[in-house]
Amino acid sequence: MNAEARPAARLASTSVGALAAMKGVFARDMRVAFRQRQDLLNPLLFFVMVVTLFPLGVSPEVSFLSEAGAGILWVAALLSVLLSLDHLFRHDFDDGTLEQLVLQPQPLFLLILAKTLAHWVLTGLPLVMLTPVLGVMVHLDGNSIAVLCLTLLIGTPVLSLIGAIGAALTLGLRSAGVLLSLLIIPLYIPVLIFGTGTVAAAAEGASVGAYLALMGAFLMLALTLAPFAAAAALRISLSNG
Amino acid sequence: MWQFFHKLGSPKWFFGISTRFMPWLLAGGLLLLMSGVIWGLAFAPKDYLQGNSYRIIFIHVPTAFMAQSVYIMMASAALVTLVWRMKLADVFVKAVAPVGLILTFLALFTGAVWGKPTWGTWWIWDARLTSMLILLFLYGGVIALDRAINDEKSAARAVAVLVLVGVVNIPIIKYSVEWWNTLHQPATFKLTEKPSMPAEMWVPLLLSVLGLYLIFGWLACVRMQTEILSREQRTRWVKEFVTKGRV
Amino acid sequence: MAFDSFSALIVMEGHGPYVWACYAVFFVLMALMMIASVRSRSATIESCRRGYELQAEKSTVAAASATSASFARVNVSQD
Repeated sequence: MNAEARPAARLASTSVGALAAMKGVFARDMRVAFRQRQDLLNPLLFFVMVVTLFPLGVSPEVSFLSEAGAGILWVAALLSVLLSLDHLFRHDFDDGTLEQLVLQPQPLFLLILAKTLAHWVLTGLPLVMLTPVLGVMVHLDGNSIAVLCLTLLIGTPVLSLIGAIGAALTLGLRSAGVLLSLLIIPLYIPVLIFGTGTVAAAAEGASVGAYLALMGAFLMLALTLAPFAAAAALRISLSNG
Repeated sequence: MWQFFHKLGSPKWFFGISTRFMPWLLAGGLLLLMSGVIWGLAFAPKDYLQGNSYRIIFIHVPTAFMAQSVYIMMASAALVTLVWRMKLADVFVKAVAPVGLILTFLALFTGAVWGKPTWGTWWIWDARLTSMLILLFLYGGVIALDRAINDEKSAARAVAVLVLVGVVNIPIIKYSVEWWNTLHQPATFKLTEKPSMPAEMWVPLLLSVLGLYLIFGWLACVRMQTEILSREQRTRWVKEFVTKGRV
Repeated sequence: MAFDSFSALIVMEGHGPYVWACYAVFFVLMALMMIASVRSRSATIESCRRGYELQAEKSTVAAASATSASFARVNVSQD
């Protein structure tokens, strides 16, 4: 635990630039995550299991799966990101690292951006890489799988960024997990609509450039606004305890 | 200017002024709502397309309109909470959120019941119904977060952040949801255009919207007063009010 | 009046159940919300009053005991 806290302490002693601080936070989060590999695997397993439920629960027909597949994969990815969000600040909150982070001279929203980026690399990116396999299993055609991966690649960072706000707001509360889902799911809806809409358009043979551009706009909006909101929420939650 | 601002933020000042306005708000609201509803139910002409089922509009549109404007009001108050830390602003958000939830539910319920004779089904995943449903979730989230945080001050600020995040999202949600092909008719009132309905229909509608607005004002006052009383129990003016009955 | 008779107003050419159900739910919920708000306001006032009374009682008791306490001796167990 002490070894994990050390980089943060080093940041405080030598006042480093914002970019170096972000790098430090990112590297530390990656290191911590790779020491507890099970936490990395859990969202992925969850993703695969949720996708498995649909053929079992609804219908294994090729016609149904190939039509609903993109939506199923998107919903499953959304849920597994949601599941992993609890970890985003929880451990750092419990061992006090988060308070150190807030006390850094560097702007808090940049540090949160770095943490969120690490979260995405650890959960969103593996989900995207797993998607082609699951896409084949739900009988999506090659073109649809490619577009689906692209939308998830743009969409999952948005999920992580918006989720960071919710994770910061519910930090340290009882039943934080359920509350987090209540707060965040409504905000995820536009991403879901456009993500699945893009794949549907691609399946009909329409051009997907405009849709992808819109999703890119979501990403930019979330990148610029969400860290500020998460930083404000984090300060409130920390002053609460 | 600043003095006025401080006065506006003072719970005691609000308590006094709202007590004076409340009977008028309630009486005016009930009068307008009742006349709008009775006019709409019994005297407005029948719609040539939808028949009599359209009479639901006289409560559907007011509740839907209020549900959205309450959220906007909450967002403005949330901004005030975060920027100026005005006490009254977070009292307002806390007091009004459950009212917004119920109004949104009513808008959805009346919309669904109206849908049955008009579209032949209770529920359609149409743009406006869906975005109202999401608004219901947003209200639910605000209330749940407020209940979950024990400390009053950080609850107020956390809720304010959530409300503001929600209000940034509302246009995005609306736009993305409208992306589907919609069966719903376009908005009844547009500020820039003359309503397409005959006057015998839109005048009672306007009356009931105004009436519900006033009743909402009254409800907000009552609930804010409750919240203020329980927060300011220790102050001398509350003690005087409780024991002597005036501010 | 858009209807010929009162029963026509109730039936509304078959749409009556929908319309009247909406209005019933609307008015019941609004009334419940208004009544609940008013009642919670008076309950708060009542709990404030009880708090003040309790406080007043306590302070008179404290004042009474304070006068006697100056002569009282506190026994502290020594074992």
